[in-house]
Amino acid sequence: MIENFDLSVVDWSRAQFALTAMYHWIFVPLTLGMAFIIAIMETIYVKTNDPAWKKITKFWMTLFGINFAIGVATGIILEFEFGTNWSNYSWFVGDIFGAPLAIEGIMAFFMESTFIAVMFFGWNKVSKKFHLISTWLVAIGSNLSALWILVANGWMQNPVGMKFNPDTARNEMDSFWDVLFSPTAVNKFLHTISSAYILAAVFVIGVSAWYILKKTNVVFAKRSIVVAAVFGLLASIFTVMTGDNSAREIVRDQPMKFAAFEGLYNGSRGAGLVALGIMSTSEGDGTNENMKDFNFKIEIPNMLSYMAYLDGNAFVPGVNDIIKGYTDNDGEIHPPVTEKMEMGRKAIAALKAYKAAKKTDDTVGAKEAEKELKANFKYFGYGYFSDPYEVVPPVSISFYSFHIMVGLGMYFILLFVLSLVYIYKGSVGNKKWFLRMAIWSIPLAYLASECGWILAEMGRQPWVIQDLMPTMAAVSSIDSMSVIITFFLFLVVFTGLLIAEIKIMLKQIKIGPNHGGN
Amino acid sequence: MNNTLNKLVKLPKTIWEFYYEGFRNQSKWSRQLWLIILIKLFVMFFILKLLFFPNFLKTKYDNDQERSDYVIDQLTNPKN
Repeated sequence: MIENFDLSVVDWSRAQFALTAMYHWIFVPLTLGMAFIIAIMETIYVKTNDPAWKKITKFWMTLFGINFAIGVATGIILEFEFGTNWSNYSWFVGDIFGAPLAIEGIMAFFMESTFIAVMFFGWNKVSKKFHLISTWLVAIGSNLSALWILVANGWMQNPVGMKFNPDTARNEMDSFWDVLFSPTAVNKFLHTISSAYILAAVFVIGVSAWYILKKTNVVFAKRSIVVAAVFGLLASIFTVMTGDNSAREIVRDQPMKFAAFEGLYNGSRGAGLVALGIMSTSEGDGTNENMKDFNFKIEIPNMLSYMAYLDGNAFVPGVNDIIKGYTDNDGEIHPPVTEKMEMGRKAIAALKAYKAAKKTDDTVGAKEAEKELKANFKYFGYGYFSDPYEVVPPVSISFYSFHIMVGLGMYFILLFVLSLVYIYKGSVGNKKWFLRMAIWSIPLAYLASECGWILAEMGRQPWVIQDLMPTMAAVSSIDSMSVIITFFLFLVVFTGLLIAEIKIMLKQIKIGPNHGGN
Repeated sequence: MNNTLNKLVKLPKTIWEFYYEGFRNQSKWSRQLWLIILIKLFVMFFILKLLFFPNFLKTKYDNDQERSDYVIDQLTNPKN
């Protein structure tokens, strides 16, 4: 069935969505994390009444404001794309996205917009406490508005709490709480926001390191580093915990994604975790059966089994096991992909038969078709594939993005610890190598953050909704040229915004806390 | 009681003055940011949305029945 889709539209729509999402994600994590760092700094100011902390708060608030202003509404472009490029998908998910996105809109508008004005205009106009409450509400509000979009994304990775309506071809929510509290959504939200806190902490440390290197605003910079390093360290611990939970959840609900990001073609008991590796670029024999997976790897024995099932001897399925079918550690049998494809085809045919029966008022036929659809709907999306190996995501991209993300995450922990040690010892000003390393860590934090999303979205390919809708079936019947034109339009607009952000931000950083502020 | 009532009556004016003063006393860079925001929103909603991003199903079909028929047809007979 794949030959029936216009892959040019699919590929350009994917490229456009990836471009806009990745640009959008440049602005978001700094807002999410910096909001809390500012709230903590202002809390210290209110508690101590020390005007130096007010100056610190106002300076970082200025940088927060620049990032917020440039980034605000960039996510709306993604919603435009849903309606134009991804109409089959938008219709199919229907009501599931409606509720979370509506709540996000209300949250973003009322909480952020109202209290952000108090944050910036309210100094000396409202009481210290009210201003502080407003700052905290901006932080909580922006993080909560991220919750709803991540819940929607979580549902795409693990669709729960809904019922498919064959009359409308839409999924209807039958349990809001199942959607909201699905383990995928909860882990995704917590992991995403805590990693955003790390990025913001690295940003604050990097900028502060520049001041110390320049021997200007040194006390200001040291105080900022202390807050950011403690915040970043706590966020790192939390990110490791939520990442660990995510691994166990992914191996259960998206085992192919798990196998891909570990580069695991052939599963085994007591599987080792590849800490460092270079994947082979050999083509294999088309079935991955005899694929040489790595040219070089350093492996921690039994660790992958432990990470996935908290049991060092547990069986972890690889790409080939999932394709051929396997029995998991709880004894549950996972059918081979060919069987799922057969069930998917039955589900698609049943939907067609149901629609035809409805048109001719054939109630018995409609009932039978509906029964057949229900029985096979779990694997609806597999019906679009003609080769079982089409369900394998890009393994190398998944593997490298995962390992870069984790490696950099470990490096940031070291950065936060060293920051605190050197501040405590009073030697941070003498450690020029460390200060330079801190500055260069800022782009690395963005790299790690983007790698997280590349892993999440490329690792779940070929699905736009896991097991139900492959990406190729989600696009609209539109001319690929229109998508190509808007791709380059976005490239220009977003690059312009990014350049503006960097220029204004650098200017404010050069002005510094003494003459800047909002 | 009177004091509270007075405060309530004056509330809209206080809020207006709060925003008015806030916007009036902005620094140069804040004004630049507002300009960027306004240009960005104009490009997004009046150029990109109107010219390049019509809602495919809403512009092509009049009602939900037609839209669902179309999507079912797409899902069961893909022929893009």
